[in-house]
Amino acid sequence: MTIEQMYMENIMDHFKSPRNYGKLDKPTITHHDNNPLCGDELTFQLIIHEGKVSDVKFMGHGCAISQASASMLTEKIKGVSVEDVKKLTKEDIFEMLGIPLSPVRMKCALLSLQVLTAGVAKYSYQL
Amino acid sequence: MDVRKDFPILKRKIHGKELVYLDNAATTQKPQVVLDAERDYYTNHNANIHRGVYVLSEEATNLYEKAHEKASHFINADFQEVVFTRNTTESLNLLAYSYSVWDLQKGDEIVLSRLEHHSNLVPWQQLAQLKGVTVKFIELENDGSLDMESAKKLIGKKTKIVSIAHMSNALGTINDVRELGKMAHSVNAVMIVDGAQSVPHFSVDVKKLDCDFLAFSAHKMYGPTGMGCLYGKKDLLENMKPFLYGGEMIREVSYEHTRFNDLPWKFEAGTSNIAGAIGLGAAVDYVSSLGMESIEEYEKELLMYGTKKLSAIPGLTLIGTSKKKGGIISFDMKGIPPHDMASILDADGICVRAGHHCAMPLMNHLGIHGTCRASFGIYNTKKEIDRLAESIEKAKKIFKV
Ligand SMILES: Cc1ncc(COP(=O)(O)O)c(C=O)c1O
Repeated sequence: MTIEQMYMENIMDHFKSPRNYGKLDKPTITHHDNNPLCGDELTFQLIIHEGKVSDVKFMGHGCAISQASASMLTEKIKGVSVEDVKKLTKEDIFEMLGIPLSPVRMKCALLSLQVLTAGVAKYSYQL
Repeated sequence: MDVRKDFPILKRKIHGKELVYLDNAATTQKPQVVLDAERDYYTNHNANIHRGVYVLSEEATNLYEKAHEKASHFINADFQEVVFTRNTTESLNLLAYSYSVWDLQKGDEIVLSRLEHHSNLVPWQQLAQLKGVTVKFIELENDGSLDMESAKKLIGKKTKIVSIAHMSNALGTINDVRELGKMAHSVNAVMIVDGAQSVPHFSVDVKKLDCDFLAFSAHKMYGPTGMGCLYGKKDLLENMKPFLYGGEMIREVSYEHTRFNDLPWKFEAGTSNIAGAIGLGAAVDYVSSLGMESIEEYEKELLMYGTKKLSAIPGLTLIGTSKKKGGIISFDMKGIPPHDMASILDADGICVRAGHHCAMPLMNHLGIHGTCRASFGIYNTKKEIDRLAESIEKAKKIFKV
């Protein structure tokens, strides 16, 4: 693995122009968490309509990997059912990013999934 | 300095490249003499200390007490004035418990600064909540040095403790702890110096500083982990209650009462880190043989070279530019988050640290999320700084900034 492979074109693109970045008006779900190791922070907001993610936005700061991962994940889950969102795994995230990651940087990559699934779990629990 | 041959780890290759170790503020590498000292103890002299009458125990006791002698001599303290702990953090916690829990009253004040390491903040903050005392913070100048006017204002009649880092691990600033000590003493407060970053890098003499307490860690001065020191003026240590209770720290025990041991053993409960102490002794011998003045001078040269080299890189901002600085360069590269920078440097075999450097309140205060930090030790070279600069340029290419 070379370091250039980790910072591939699409990762840099999502980092520099994050998709779905910002706040939602009346979110059904808001969840925030951080990665104490790197200081990455992410907040996910979702609107759930008829069991599906009808809109999603994220905010945060931190390393390129954590922020690109969040941006790509918002694209991936828009229009997807809550049940399917719950089924997302680490492997799905690694596949989505498509880059080699050291164990330390995997934590950065997985923060997005962690925040998302914790938010969705909190929502499902309240139902 | 011609010392690279003393450190076996420097022969290692990382990702196929020669290791460039620039995270010395976190921990330093260990010279062969320190490794040998610990190994020799375990191989030839291992026994518990102080109570055995057999040869091995006598040898181990001798080695351990020799380490005490070396450590106290190193900072110009008396034998009884240096207590072995696990690290700086434990030394500071010892003070928060043994000195402060008993001696502070509601309404008293503790004065720290805005740039303290979590180790010199959290114990006081928690103690403050427990005892109803107030913690105040000396403000910073723009260059990351302490605002001494702010110190004058804050240190007053209610102040009981002033506890300040001798050198900041996040910014590199060297603080005038002698002057702060004078202010503290003028209001009958004690002066605590967090020497984690100073003791390894320049000569620290507790008599000249006239501090009441000084804490430092062996692992940041080419010694082993799990080994630290607390210096305290004898009359203060004598009047303090022990921190941990148990074996070793006692003189006489009945079911009802205990008479505590003499200094420094009163503060060393349980079986000590004997090998670690011996390793610390070897580290003290090692840096002393190089000379603390030479170490200071050499690292200053690296700092000057590195500062010039890095500040010439467009987009790079130095965080912490005090005139009085040790060998630490904290920086921000526009458009590249610190952790990505550190990953890219790692790919070239260069170890730096990224993040808040255990000073989250300081980072918030400065309005940043973290920095990248290169910190120097005796084995670093200008060539390594050149490699660092080249690698930063490479990161800029990858991030197109
Ligand atoms: C200024 C300062 N104080 C305290 C500490 C804590 O040292 P230790 O982790 O060895 O207890 C450090 C270590 O990073 C430091 O740099």
